[in-house]
Amino acid sequence: MILNASGCLDALAAPDVARGLDAYVTKTVTPLPREGNAPARIAETEGAMLNSIGLANPGIDVFAGETLSRLLELGVPLWVSVGGFRASDYAEVCGRLEAAPVDVLELNVSCPNVTAPDAVVAEIVAAARAATTKPLYAKLSPHLPDLPSAAAAAAEAGADGLTLVNTLRGLALDERTLHPVLSTAAGGLSGPALRPVALAAVHACYRATALPIVGVGGVSSGRHALELVAAGAAAVAVGTALFADPAAAARIRAELAAELAAHGFADLDAARGIAHAGPGRSLSELTKTAANQQVY
Amino acid sequence: MVGVEAVGPYRLLRTDRGELEPGVPGQFFMLRTAGLLLPRPMSLCLAPPGELAFLIDPVGPGTRALASAEVGDAIDVLGPLGNGFRLDVACPLLVGGGVGVAPFPHLAEHLRGAPVVLGFRTAWHAEAAALLPGAEVVLGPRLVTEAIPAGHDVLGCGPEPMLRAVAALEPSAQLAWEAPMACGFGACFGCVVEIDGRLRRLCVDGPVLPGRVVGATSEAPRERTAV
Repeated sequence: MILNASGCLDALAAPDVARGLDAYVTKTVTPLPREGNAPARIAETEGAMLNSIGLANPGIDVFAGETLSRLLELGVPLWVSVGGFRASDYAEVCGRLEAAPVDVLELNVSCPNVTAPDAVVAEIVAAARAATTKPLYAKLSPHLPDLPSAAAAAAEAGADGLTLVNTLRGLALDERTLHPVLSTAAGGLSGPALRPVALAAVHACYRATALPIVGVGGVSSGRHALELVAAGAAAVAVGTALFADPAAAARIRAELAAELAAHGFADLDAARGIAHAGPGRSLSELTKTAANQQVY
Repeated sequence: MVGVEAVGPYRLLRTDRGELEPGVPGQFFMLRTAGLLLPRPMSLCLAPPGELAFLIDPVGPGTRALASAEVGDAIDVLGPLGNGFRLDVACPLLVGGGVGVAPFPHLAEHLRGAPVVLGFRTAWHAEAAALLPGAEVVLGPRLVTEAIPAGHDVLGCGPEPMLRAVAALEPSAQLAWEAPMACGFGACFGCVVEIDGRLRRLCVDGPVLPGRVVGATSEAPRERTAV
């Protein structure tokens, strides 16, 4: 199952790209409209890009009243990314979408700078849980000091899945002026450099909860997708790679099928979690365990 | 890549057109070569049969990587993208500055006989004027805006201070703006500029816009947080 990473595709501007996905994840929607950050918003660095878009979005009123119906016309399963600055923001957006034919609500939970991150994750998930019956995925920041603990807190608060990971904070300086390239100075780092971070996060959280995981970070090939699945991901999202290659999803899907076949796996379920195999565990035993994982 | 030519400090990259259409002059393509994670937006310079050619000014890591591409190298080309120049103008005048000359050879094929005024910093940069035979060339420190005759429909491309000066003279001028872009097709929201008072994506709403509508861009001075 291949999705886009939230914020990496406007399905209305590029509907054919969206139709190539197994599900489309929207840009993050907040209660109020947000114009986003001043330019410059993007920069390329070695093996990565930085962005500071600033959650630009039309707000839940316009999203629910105008955007949503046009997205549903695409005929692609729809995940809505939900954001906010306090738990009640998440609850408000989730509540407004309760009656809409949205498949999943993904909570853009990124709170690296708080003193009790697990409690904040749990508070946000619990508030959203109280506002909706839809499947809730918690998208967590790799800055969290103990990601498996935060994942467990999300699960306990009612999350149905995890999306791992969000961007890392990074800074780029202008070649000549040595001033920050981005208007906000630091921004979110994504692309190839994020891939080992995502892999480690998925690997660490796979055993911490029984929740299905969407692996995201630096995926641009079938091999990359296979590695996230081997670490424990049930699905994979493509982000930065879509910017350079709008057809990446179809290519990665085909490459993943070839990778699975080359490694002798019957399907994704057979490969899931295989990276956790110890010397004493047989492949069939692991496959059985993987098959028992809850999959959305 | 089927050809590379030095044009003063610039490089003219000739690529195999493949199935791609050249589009409307002023539209752009996303170019990516080995070593780049993200493609870079470039307006189409020339569209000879079977080719798409782009003029590159090697000023940063991305453009230097593109400018160092050689014949036979693979290069990703995506486009045409965005909105180009309106060609239904009565009395066109092409006004360019520096590498802003890039879209004009293609544009001049559609507006045959239109006068062209080009400003360059040095005689070396002005070698690019050879792409537009008959163009009037203005060398620094003289400004290209000093050479714009009244009564024309101006189509402009160049550095932001030049575009702002042209917009002040000719508010209805069609101007091709630029901004850092990760995708070029509306996905990344990286290329916003202030259009009619709101931050909007240049790749979707531009890059050619009336001069009067554009406000803050990534090039415009802004307050920096004290450190």
